[in-house]
Amino acid sequence: MHDQTVTQLAAALKSGELSSREITAHYLQRIERLDDKLNSFISVTAERALNAAEAADKARADGHAHALAGIPLALKDIFCTQSVKTSCGSKMLDNFVAPYDATVVEKLEAAHTVSLGKTNMDEFAMGSSNENSHYGPVKNPWDLKAVPGGSSGGSAAAVAAGLVPAALGTDTGGSIRQPAAFCGITGLKPTYGRVSRYGMIAYASSLDQAGPMARSASDCAHLMNVIAGHDVRDSTSAARGVPDYTENLDAPLSGLKIGLPKEYFGDGLDADVERAVREAVRVYESLGATVREVSLPHTHYAIPAYYVIAPAEASSNLSRFDGVRFGHRCEDPKDLIDLYTRTRQEGFGEEVKRRILIGTHTLSEGFFDAYYIKAQKVRRLIRQDFLDAFEDVDVLMGPAAPTTAFNLGAKKDPVSMYLQDIYTIAVNLAGIPGISVPAGFAHGRPVGLQILGTHFAEAQLLNVAHQFQQATDWHRHLPALAEENA
Amino acid sequence: MQWETVIGLEVHVQLATRSKIFSGSSTAFGSEPNTQASAVDLGLPGSLPVLNEQAVAMAVQFGLAVHAEIPEVSVFDRKNYFYPDLPKGYQTSQMYHPIVGAGEVEITLDDDVTKRIRIHHAHLEEDAGKSLHEDFQGMTGIDLNRAGTPLLEIVSEPDMRSAKEAAAYLKAIHSIVTYLGISDGNMAEGSMRCDVNVSVRPKGADAFGTRAEIKNVNSFRFVERAIAFEVERQIELIEDGGKVVQETRLFDPERDETRSMRTKEEANDYRYFPCPDLLPVVLDQAYLDHLKTLLPELPADKRARFQNELGLSAYDANVLATSREMAEFFEEAYQVCGDAKQAANWVQGELSGALNRENLAIHQSPVSAQQLGGLIERVVDGTINGKAAKEVFQALWNGQGGSADEVIESKGLKQVTDSGAIEAMIDQVIAESPAQVAQYRDAEPDKRGKMIGYFVGQVMKASRGTANPQQVNGLLKQKLDALL
Repeated sequence: MHDQTVTQLAAALKSGELSSREITAHYLQRIERLDDKLNSFISVTAERALNAAEAADKARADGHAHALAGIPLALKDIFCTQSVKTSCGSKMLDNFVAPYDATVVEKLEAAHTVSLGKTNMDEFAMGSSNENSHYGPVKNPWDLKAVPGGSSGGSAAAVAAGLVPAALGTDTGGSIRQPAAFCGITGLKPTYGRVSRYGMIAYASSLDQAGPMARSASDCAHLMNVIAGHDVRDSTSAARGVPDYTENLDAPLSGLKIGLPKEYFGDGLDADVERAVREAVRVYESLGATVREVSLPHTHYAIPAYYVIAPAEASSNLSRFDGVRFGHRCEDPKDLIDLYTRTRQEGFGEEVKRRILIGTHTLSEGFFDAYYIKAQKVRRLIRQDFLDAFEDVDVLMGPAAPTTAFNLGAKKDPVSMYLQDIYTIAVNLAGIPGISVPAGFAHGRPVGLQILGTHFAEAQLLNVAHQFQQATDWHRHLPALAEENA
Repeated sequence: MQWETVIGLEVHVQLATRSKIFSGSSTAFGSEPNTQASAVDLGLPGSLPVLNEQAVAMAVQFGLAVHAEIPEVSVFDRKNYFYPDLPKGYQTSQMYHPIVGAGEVEITLDDDVTKRIRIHHAHLEEDAGKSLHEDFQGMTGIDLNRAGTPLLEIVSEPDMRSAKEAAAYLKAIHSIVTYLGISDGNMAEGSMRCDVNVSVRPKGADAFGTRAEIKNVNSFRFVERAIAFEVERQIELIEDGGKVVQETRLFDPERDETRSMRTKEEANDYRYFPCPDLLPVVLDQAYLDHLKTLLPELPADKRARFQNELGLSAYDANVLATSREMAEFFEEAYQVCGDAKQAANWVQGELSGALNRENLAIHQSPVSAQQLGGLIERVVDGTINGKAAKEVFQALWNGQGGSADEVIESKGLKQVTDSGAIEAMIDQVIAESPAQVAQYRDAEPDKRGKMIGYFVGQVMKASRGTANPQQVNGLLKQKLDALL
């Protein structure tokens, strides 16, 4: 059952072949049995899940169920959930239970999907390896020595290992696409504003976006149908209609114009990763697409611009963690400054502190123009690069990450870690959607093909990804660990 | 040396929206601590602000009322600092692109001279909560009911030159915001608070002196007193060879002095940057035009109309136009009686006196504008004399009678102007006062004028106050002189 897609499970639920209770119990057992090795969950809510499954089965029996009713899912532990801890991977929120549900959580519950629990992540979504979690690192199911990527590493590993059919992640600089690539699953970062951010703990508000992580593009389409849409509680959510993302999946690709950004195939790209990506592009040519090289000239400014803007926003977003109203509070503070200092010293990990320091510095008087304002100008140029490219081509393709999953502890220097996101970060700065789909293996670890489209082109990206998955079976491969019976 | 005072004001006006600027919580004053604080007001992780459109409309109406530029685009910024009653660790405000641009306000000084004070800009922001230091045994309580209440911060240019001008400016702002109905203007409850920037410079100098900012001055009177103290302090300091340092000071009304809070060196770096959770506010001309049609007649226009069309003095026009309620009361009374001068006198005299004695606001007046107008009408048409009018007013105040006419009727206060009837009363008084008549007759002619007062009093008494006093005077003189 665990190799089934959401689409397949939904069909089995609809036909009555399986009940949600059966499916849910099966996945809960798998978590129980395998997650000690992976550490992909922070909280598993078995009892709640079984109750929700029964409710879903009842809804189906009553004949008014949503297509996904009864499908088990996992939520990155960044989405606020009423009466279940939301830690954001941090000691700071180890005791935090939100009094409300995030909008996406509400929507998923309204569709009668079943949450199995909250997945591990880099603390406050800051990281590319899931090694920055207060709850310990997550392991890559393809190789336990390897990282799953980050920051949505728990969601990616859980889906890849068949502990859950699909999960929600968030992507601020690549945090859905890079772990999806590292774990051999499909992950979509929607257009900024397509999915509500209400109840999603903010890292960098102008970049954060929630999206689905699953076994196939078709699964992502089903989940997008549930979570996308305008939310009056999020002023930055887009007030425009939501298409049926499954409608267009089977459209043929003949005549599709693919652009390969030359900057995405340069120095630093692993030769075997490049080989897999170029092979995937050839599959598209065989499906009738045409391919040309394009240029995104400001690509090399993306990482510096991101590491000004994201920490600046983060330094402000994370000010609310002060020990006054919720979350960690230091023991016996002697005065207010002591309360603030020790609470934050104890509650935040290294990487979070580093980014708060960077952000505080770049916003300071005398540095603001040189850093923040400059970075915003760069951001506009990067966005324009993409808009110019989409004048000539329909989608852009390239690697999701320069290498396959690296080993735990391999990247000690923060800058080398930041370079992991070289192909994903510009996408967040531009606000456009991107999807990573499994495209083979290099060094025995999965390779992700990244496909980018213009703003609100999710349906097109899902169609393009789905057609690839009709022509290949990379997305059907399962790690050996997923098949262990022990 | 002659010194000149330079003053600029930052006035924080609490807008009278029903809900907070970025959440649906109520803004009502005086509830139990933390009962009006939602996830957004508490700054809970994942919560997001949604701008209250009513706050925008109110800010724009203020801008239109002070003839300000209203930029097409304004942007919210975050002002970052840590404080326990600031839930998110930043205040959402507008630093770089405020909603209201440059404008001006006309103030009227005691000598009826008017002066224009320029407004630099006005911006929207959220209020913080309150720290409660009592009742917690060495700890501090936090009440977040006020957190997120919309404020309009109105920043003037340094155009004021005396404490009086500053107070007049503050009154003008108070008058405008209450006219517009965008604030209750209640200073005691903190609906209007004021930071005062004060500096001094040698008279005739071009450059400004170093300023001190006095925080949180919350009454018209305190503004004057704080400035008076601060000006004296600065002049003394400079004359003693010292230097004013740029700093923030607090006014202590108990001791009538200002005290240093923090100097520039200790000042926070607020690290302002655009709030990524809120979209820029974009206002089109149609929206501004629509709000313009909703503007009431404003104090300055009313003042001018009272003077030019109703013929009131500058003083009367200014006093009446300062408060919208008083102006409307006056106008309604005037509509009824048709005599603006009389209506102005009654509203400022008898009515205001009675209201002050019982500490009532004009909207609580037991005598309605209709009733007062009816009363004045009877004075103007001679139905009652001034003395009877006061009695009628008192009766209406006490709820004895629905209208002036009813009271006049029931108390028989109608003025007697029939000469025959008055003469009859005079004859009787003269007949009953032989001694006084004799005194009158024997007195020196220039003393007789005074002595006639006695007879007038007796006749008025006999008429129970209703006789026309001018007629009584004239007829008495004729009759007494005939006896000589």
